[in-house]
Amino acid sequence: MNWETFFDKWLPKMLDGAGLTLELVTIAVIAGLILAIPMGIARASSKPWVRSIPYAYIFFFRGTPLLLQLFMVYYGLSQFEAVRQSWAWTYLRDPYWCALLTMTLHTTAYIAEILRGAIQSVPSGEVEAARALGMSRVQSMLYIVLPRAARIGLPAYSNEVILMLKASAVVYTVTLLDIMGQAKTISARTYENEFFYIVAALLYLAITIGLTRIFRFIEHKLRVDMLQGR
Amino acid sequence: MAQAPINRTTGVRSLVTQPALEIRNLHKSYGDLEVLKGISLTARDGDVISILGSSGSGKSTFLRCLNLLENPNDGEIHFAGEQLKLKRGKGGALVAADSKQINRFRSEMGFVFQNFNLWPHMSVLDNIIEAPRRVLGQSKAEATEVAEALLAKVGIADKRHAFPNQLSGGQQQRAAIARTLAMQPKVILFDEPTSALDPEMVQEVLNVIRALADEGRTMLLVTHEMSFARQVSSEIVFLHQGRVEEQGTPDQVFDNPTSERCKQFMSSHR
Repeated sequence: MNWETFFDKWLPKMLDGAGLTLELVTIAVIAGLILAIPMGIARASSKPWVRSIPYAYIFFFRGTPLLLQLFMVYYGLSQFEAVRQSWAWTYLRDPYWCALLTMTLHTTAYIAEILRGAIQSVPSGEVEAARALGMSRVQSMLYIVLPRAARIGLPAYSNEVILMLKASAVVYTVTLLDIMGQAKTISARTYENEFFYIVAALLYLAITIGLTRIFRFIEHKLRVDMLQGR
Repeated sequence: MAQAPINRTTGVRSLVTQPALEIRNLHKSYGDLEVLKGISLTARDGDVISILGSSGSGKSTFLRCLNLLENPNDGEIHFAGEQLKLKRGKGGALVAADSKQINRFRSEMGFVFQNFNLWPHMSVLDNIIEAPRRVLGQSKAEATEVAEALLAKVGIADKRHAFPNQLSGGQQQRAAIARTLAMQPKVILFDEPTSALDPEMVQEVLNVIRALADEGRTMLLVTHEMSFARQVSSEIVFLHQGRVEEQGTPDQVFDNPTSERCKQFMSSHR
């Protein structure tokens, strides 16, 4: 291994890959969270027909592999003339947007279920207290239940983000040069397979540590420690 | 025709004869089990009515029906001269017909829970200012000023930045009472406010309730604290198997109950 070439040539490429991985995961889990809020609320509804609306979506995306979903979007959609003729083709022809779309749809389903569990775990007495003070259904959801559920669901959400980080490695299969894509390309060029996969592993681990830190900070800010022992 | 009530603090006979709260013929069933079999009750301004009875007599259910935390199957609720609009829901019970009205009723009808039900993710101060800000539209500064005065009143001013979990049960219940008072309720309903407390913390909460009674507040109190009920109440209602079994002044109900069941209950709680 020539260290000079590694630092001058390959490490910047690996870091580019880390940048792409981080970008895909960050956008997917934030967009997923936003999309999951109405879905999670619907899933926690007491009305069966409201609960059933997001059910098929969640069932599909949790029940099939991310890799399959990615192939369905990237390879599958392009075979339809209507898709190729539509405005969406500008995006769907691009593996970056396909990966981002698939990852977002996939993680949304998981986050929605995390949120459903969290909303249902808010003790009913606390919701009653909000209603007894005159808050409307919407107000108690907005000001009491969701902030409370956010704290209950945060550990599960941080877990989901780290799972998505690792699952994001599948995007190399649609030509994207994320950490995994770079490692594969570079090791094919240099025949230094094990070395570059170790570098890739270290990058994933470093990002995991960073994410864990960020979530620990958020937990501290939200005073999650104050919910223990009840 | 009933006489106009005497204000307990001023001793002046009120010109307004409108009862603060009037309940007519309230029924509540869970499936086949009829818990409340037609309860009527009138609370005039300044009344402190204690509701006694053994477990399962329907006391808490009755109280929870008044602000529709439970849905009664029949009956009427009049609050400050206004009738609560009810309609028949799918399950057969009565539900609010006008959500704006029930929210307004609730905001003016304080409710204190057995288990406090403070929001554990908010500081004590934030617990108190949340509803005045969201429901009454008070500014944060305004609500905070009121809240700090109330915390001082219930004796936990130094705990305003603490979280509920850092407080003792008695302090939590006092914070919950302050949260209710912040809405400036016309009537306060207490649902066994001291039943979840260690014996040594019961007194501090009862003292707060006693102070509220002395202010002339209108209150309904479900409790097992018999001597306290006797001291603070203007009226005692004894429930048995979903019916009002005995009703009257504290002296009357405690010393000369007419019903057999009430006699038994009183003698076993001496």
